[in-house]
Amino acid sequence: MTSGVRRGHLSEPRLVRWAITTVALAFVALFLVVPLVAVFAEAFSKGFDAYRSAIVEPDALAALRLTLLAAAIAVPLNVLFGLAAGWAVGKFQFRGRQLLLTLIDLPFAVSPVISGLVFVLLFGRQGWFGPWMIDHGFQVVFAVPGIVLATIFVSFPFVAREVIPIMEAIGTEEEEAARVLGAGGLQLFLRVTLPNIKWALLYGVILANARAMGEFGAVSVVSGHIRGLTNTLPLHVEILYNEYNAQAAFAVASLLGCLAIVTLVLKAVVETRVQGATRTMGAPAAEVMGWESKSAV
Amino acid sequence: MSLQVRRRVLPGFGLTMGITLLYLSLIVLIPLATLPARSFTMSWQAFRDTVTDPRVVASYRLSLGASLAAAAVNAVFGGVVAWVLARYAFPGRRVVDALIDLPFALPTAVAGIVLTTLYAPGGWLGKPLAQYGVTVAFTPLGVTVALIFIGLPFVVRTLQPVIEDLDPEVEEAATSLGASRTGVLLRVILPNLLPAWLTGFALAFARALGEYGSVVFISGNMPMRTEISPLLIVTKLEQYDYAGATAIAIVMLALSFCLLLCINGLQTWARRRVAP
Repeated sequence: MTSGVRRGHLSEPRLVRWAITTVALAFVALFLVVPLVAVFAEAFSKGFDAYRSAIVEPDALAALRLTLLAAAIAVPLNVLFGLAAGWAVGKFQFRGRQLLLTLIDLPFAVSPVISGLVFVLLFGRQGWFGPWMIDHGFQVVFAVPGIVLATIFVSFPFVAREVIPIMEAIGTEEEEAARVLGAGGLQLFLRVTLPNIKWALLYGVILANARAMGEFGAVSVVSGHIRGLTNTLPLHVEILYNEYNAQAAFAVASLLGCLAIVTLVLKAVVETRVQGATRTMGAPAAEVMGWESKSAV
Repeated sequence: MSLQVRRRVLPGFGLTMGITLLYLSLIVLIPLATLPARSFTMSWQAFRDTVTDPRVVASYRLSLGASLAAAAVNAVFGGVVAWVLARYAFPGRRVVDALIDLPFALPTAVAGIVLTTLYAPGGWLGKPLAQYGVTVAFTPLGVTVALIFIGLPFVVRTLQPVIEDLDPEVEEAATSLGASRTGVLLRVILPNLLPAWLTGFALAFARALGEYGSVVFISGNMPMRTEISPLLIVTKLEQYDYAGATAIAIVMLALSFCLLLCINGLQTWARRRVAP
């Protein structure tokens, strides 16, 4: 993008520009590029065979499965919530709306360790519901349900946060028109609302998924670190690293590194779409309708 | 919460609001409510003894100090990065722009072990630094480095859109009225960026305070020296000292809550500044 670049007296002298850019790039290289490269360099430090064996090892595969399972439960649930919250908060005005928005953001303000702690306080052996549930043969903490709960908690706000503003910005005119023309609730949502918010929704899903698969602190507190049973990929990385098996730790970490890169690429691609959709919203409603219905059909 | 709906032409308010409130309560509100509820079962004396224990106080000092230092470094360099990304064209700009979100996308445990390996005495960066007598890994400086990594995107992503939205006409007007470039930067641009800048700083600070995964590896976790507050919560939990863990968590929660209020205030200020 060159639109932001000013010429002559409206920008800094060339030498100053050059110096500032160098400082910025050096900082980014030191703090972002070097660590990312180092993950892969360390992972392959003992050759490809050592890399492969660290990943196909049963405990690593079990950790991968648990990570995928937790994300597969947490993300769809948070999508469902995000859409419901988007509709209720984005399309309607009511008292206490601002408070509700703040409450939805709460999991962001809480330390991951505290996010795990609250579930231990609820479902642990000394917790409120813990003893009763353990007596009935249902263990939450130090078991898979706890990990899933902690994952849902930390990835909770992402989808709602993306969907609510766009639902609000688009307004209700299109839905009202569809309603007048006789559309039912579900039809209205699927044919009118969903096409309008799809990129923002996808954006939220990408962020929620990255957090769900990568969460460490909260999951670490509730997991109990039982190898092959309650270990997610980030926890497996920790165990390997603390056992002085750094190469294997980095091999597993490189999987998460790949996840990060995929997330960044998808995010960059979807971001341009979201911005495109937002820009169109400034146009007259009829134009938006025409533009959207073309892509929806 | 009283639900006053102006005109309900659209269907589904009751259903979606019901789902929202139910899910929010089950996943977030009820679990978080256990913290204050639990702490009421402690005596005031026990609570105070736990949260003013010297080891715990040392952890607050480290958490606050390292978070402040990291947020300050990010405010300076994140500000420079945001400016460069918003204003200058250079090859690879889009890649750098995408890369800024790496700390959001890279799991914190991975960040933790890679930073530790890099800054360990024999590591890529630790070795040259050791020649100058600087030890990063397993010192408070190491904690700060990890927190700089974690907080960088907050400053950049808060400032960047504001810089992009600055009206070039204001700068043109100032210049045509005889202001030098430095004058324009200090008197026109800086005041307009200040609210967003402070917001980014506060966000990075808040995130750093609660951070756990990236710090526990590089800090070395020595009591009184390199133990952060979230780690003490985990330590107490591992000793089944639920009350102690809750007490420290309450203090941290109160701190984050104050910060949240500050950030909200800053954002309101920022919005008022932008609006004519």
